[in-house]
Amino acid sequence: MTDPVQDLPTLVDAARSDIRGCTTLDELEQVRVRLLGKKGVITEQLKTLGAMDPEVKKAAGARINAAKAEITSALDARRAELDAQILAAQLAGDTIDITLPGRGQSIGGLHPITRVRRRIEQIFRAAGFTIADGPEIEDDWHNFEALNIPANHPARAMHDTFYFPDGRLLRTHTSPVQVRVMQEQKPPVRVIVPGRVYRMDSDMTHTPMFHQVEGLVIDEGITFANLKAVLHGFMQSLFEKDVKMRLRPSYFPFTEPSAEVDISCVACGGSGCRVCKQTGWLEVAGCGVVHPNVLKAVNIDPERYTGYAFGMGIDRLTMLRYNVGDIRMYFENDLRFLRQFA
Amino acid sequence: MKISLHWLREWVDTGDDVPALAHALTMAGIEIEGMHKVAPPLSGIVVGEVLAADKHPDADKLRVCRVSSGTAELQIVCGAPNVRVGMKAPLALIGARLPSGVEIKGAKLRGIESSGMLCSAKELGLNDDTSGLFELPSHLVTGQSLVQALALDDTVLEVNLTPNRGDCMSVVGVAREVAAARDTRLKGPTLAAVAATISDTFDVKLSAGNACPKYVGRVIRGVTLNAQSPFWLQERLRRAGVRPISAIVDVTNYVMLELGQPMHAYDLGKLHGYIDVRLAKTGEQIALLHDRTIELTDDVLVIADAVKPVGFAGVMGGADSAIGDATVDVMLESAHFAPDGVAGRGRRYGIVTDASQRFERGVDPQLQERAIERATQLLLECAGGKAGPTVVHRAQQGIHSAAPIRLRHLRVEHVLGTRIEAALMEKLLQRLGMHMTRSAVTPVEWQVVPPSWRFDIHIEEDLIEEVARLYGFDNIPEANPSVAQDIAPWTERRLRNERAADLLVDRGYHEAITYSFTDATAQAVLFPDTALALRNPISAELGVMRLSLWPGLLQAVRENQRRQQPRVRLFEIGRRFSSKGAEDEVIGGVACGSAMAEQWGEEARDIDFFDVKADVEALLNLTGDARRIRFVAETHPALHPGQSARIYRGDKAIGWLGSIHPQHQRALDLTYRTVVFEIETAAGFESVLPQFAEISKYPAIRRDLALIVDEAVAVDALRDVVRAAAGELLRDVSVFSVYRGKQFDKGKKSIALGLHLQDTSRTLTDPEADAIVAQVVDRLTHRFDAVIRDK
Repeated sequence: MTDPVQDLPTLVDAARSDIRGCTTLDELEQVRVRLLGKKGVITEQLKTLGAMDPEVKKAAGARINAAKAEITSALDARRAELDAQILAAQLAGDTIDITLPGRGQSIGGLHPITRVRRRIEQIFRAAGFTIADGPEIEDDWHNFEALNIPANHPARAMHDTFYFPDGRLLRTHTSPVQVRVMQEQKPPVRVIVPGRVYRMDSDMTHTPMFHQVEGLVIDEGITFANLKAVLHGFMQSLFEKDVKMRLRPSYFPFTEPSAEVDISCVACGGSGCRVCKQTGWLEVAGCGVVHPNVLKAVNIDPERYTGYAFGMGIDRLTMLRYNVGDIRMYFENDLRFLRQFA
Repeated sequence: MKISLHWLREWVDTGDDVPALAHALTMAGIEIEGMHKVAPPLSGIVVGEVLAADKHPDADKLRVCRVSSGTAELQIVCGAPNVRVGMKAPLALIGARLPSGVEIKGAKLRGIESSGMLCSAKELGLNDDTSGLFELPSHLVTGQSLVQALALDDTVLEVNLTPNRGDCMSVVGVAREVAAARDTRLKGPTLAAVAATISDTFDVKLSAGNACPKYVGRVIRGVTLNAQSPFWLQERLRRAGVRPISAIVDVTNYVMLELGQPMHAYDLGKLHGYIDVRLAKTGEQIALLHDRTIELTDDVLVIADAVKPVGFAGVMGGADSAIGDATVDVMLESAHFAPDGVAGRGRRYGIVTDASQRFERGVDPQLQERAIERATQLLLECAGGKAGPTVVHRAQQGIHSAAPIRLRHLRVEHVLGTRIEAALMEKLLQRLGMHMTRSAVTPVEWQVVPPSWRFDIHIEEDLIEEVARLYGFDNIPEANPSVAQDIAPWTERRLRNERAADLLVDRGYHEAITYSFTDATAQAVLFPDTALALRNPISAELGVMRLSLWPGLLQAVRENQRRQQPRVRLFEIGRRFSSKGAEDEVIGGVACGSAMAEQWGEEARDIDFFDVKADVEALLNLTGDARRIRFVAETHPALHPGQSARIYRGDKAIGWLGSIHPQHQRALDLTYRTVVFEIETAAGFESVLPQFAEISKYPAIRRDLALIVDEAVAVDALRDVVRAAAGELLRDVSVFSVYRGKQFDKGKKSIALGLHLQDTSRTLTDPEADAIVAQVVDRLTHRFDAVIRDK
């Protein structure tokens, strides 16, 4: 038997070569066991130390342990290499086409009128208004009489009313809710009333059902100047634009003074375009100081309290906000239309 | 209403800047919604006179004319069928340019020189008449510029009046507003009284003095048969949108348009005895001018003679006493009707006339005499005849004269929210003809008497509005009130509609808005109950109020399928209406087509009951009260009897979920199985506040049970028994498999349940869990004859 210790450099070279030759973790493990296992070559060598002189033993031991350390480090290095290769191969195999569409349920969308209605509600809520509601089937008193529109009043001709056989009607505006609110609640009142209203009108620019939002503020010291401020602020907030506003004297039986509200065209900024029919202005609302007869009808003292009211068409504001060209699309519920507002 | 600027300028100085005038009027509340020139710009067009018109030697349809242009005689070849010697027609001279852009040049037509062109109305852009030359009135001066001769440099203002401003429904009325806006005075032609040349009168009785307190009548005898009014008068009517008819009728219309007093002319020969302005007798009939006979009620005011009604007072004259070709004697009527006495009567019969619009808004009670003098003057000019005296009849009741209105300076400022000097206020109102008397008090107050034509001014606010509109709304500043800080209630005990809508949107639904009225027949397919019908629907398809959102949503499904949109998921929040008109807000949905939008990673599958049930459960779970929600198999006429569930919360029914009955699906032309739901928001959306419960620190034990039971056994019933038998240590019982197979008898199914057991105070042991399961098995076998499958 040759002195195994003397052969160590050869042994280590051979081991290095074997380790380099391993291509899998299994092969590497076999090599490790052959060299460092319980019956491995190095382990066997260490076992021979016991029979040696202490002097020789010390030097031989050091050499064997150095060889063992070299082999161990070679094994670790190769293992790390193989691990990295395996991971790389796994990652390569796992690679997906990340441009494929995601799976699962698609999302729907809100109706454009609801989008605008929510905006309106949020804007007014932030200014301290609450949201009120009333019946869509109304009686003549709430829809007309209490709003200072008696039976033969010419203003009734402006409202093409749907009637039921018993004389009740579909509300022609959200204004009857004003009356209901004031019947239930003493001033201060600060509400808006969004909702469906109905008029017997159907053509390119009218649908027999549409949406209005009514506003009502009653308190001591409320003025026409306050009305101007709230409407102008609202229009700027709704359209996120520095729109100009003007009020034109008009007539509603339940307000006085009454005005039509024009804003500078949101499409062209006031220079004139198709949307504003070249006028630079858009008529978007009606408003006024609450008529004393309306306050008297609900037992509020018009000497002590004043107030303002306004009403606007949500459908029209929606047209302007999203550039909807044809109001009849609103109630056709064509998915190709609805998806545009999702 | 259309107003000719020329006519207006007879009454007031309008200034030269027409757009500025229109803007000023609009901003003072008299909206000018359009301005139209009556003719395009025309130059080089004169009144031509045809002196000769000979046949063209080489063309049958052409004539060779000699035409006077006033200064020269021109040879013109003309193809118009109506050309004839002596006629006057527009003559375009060489160099003139027509509105079409054509420039008139000398030319040869079939070998004959033509130096100019005779024109039709269409060629001049005046109207669409192409039938021949525009024949001009013979009194026009040959050679005069056509623009001058016909006053074609006029502009028509389109005035959109609010219903309160009946006083502006005339040239004079608008002129008054112009004067106020421009701070100037009316000029107006002076209208003198026409002296009577005969003494004839006709008796008038005012039996309904409240409705007709004043009636001015005048007899005119011997008018020219079938006289036509002069061109200028006809032209003014046309520019106002009124069709010329005959001299007598045109004159009454002219006076109405100019002064605002509707008038009527009767054929005196057809009136019997006397005129009585009285209320109709119920059932009485009158044949009206436009060939319609109506039956009257006893609140309708009529003009009657001794025999029968001859006019619908304030609305329209009767046919039997109308002016006709044979009329020689005329009774002119200029009456004052109180608005209350006539308002709404015409509309009741669907009749709206120029007269009714003015009378129901109010006509100046001091205007009648002036109007009849103006009409007499014009009538004698246009149709000749001799006038009798003007007779004014007044009822005892008299005309209610307006009481002075108190106006407080501070109140104006208080309502408008701005400072306006008292002196300025006074001036503004005086410009409108208000009579102002300052009271001897401070702060400043006035007693204001409005002019007789302002029927709309009754109270202080009416005056405040007048001040504001003349002061200018633009001049009133914007100001916020001092901040109020009243906190509004904000409940957490009701699911908000917004949240519910968002949930459905996130689960793939689009929000729809459908009409609240629907087609009675289509609705009756789904809902046999009676629906509330409209008395005057816009169409039969929108004739009754909806009993549910389903009819509208299903129609939307059908329309979308027609538009190649097979996969539809829609919801709506809105009201449904009972046959009595009670309103309930509901949230409703429909779904059909594939369960998921087409995609690469999922097997395509049609939607079914359980897909939509998951959506409904998710929705109701938002209330925090999922434990009390139950789906109970009940039948609904619209739904598949084996796939319909009534939804309960506790013991209160809150809605329905189910597949549309296959028969209805066919009847409604729906291509795919369609699942629908509808939930009342009032009861369905009540929410409970979350209440904290301790989380167990100890491990849970799961035991699975596979049972074979009859098909008819509902899973909910099994779970109820499991819960009751397992007691309070049972945290949850899940259903993880439902299986039907050959190894079971027909009519049986296998259900796999997962029992989740846990104690909050200690670790549960296996023997304890086994004991609970044994108890559960015992109850299930006992109750449902369930067989436990070996695992």
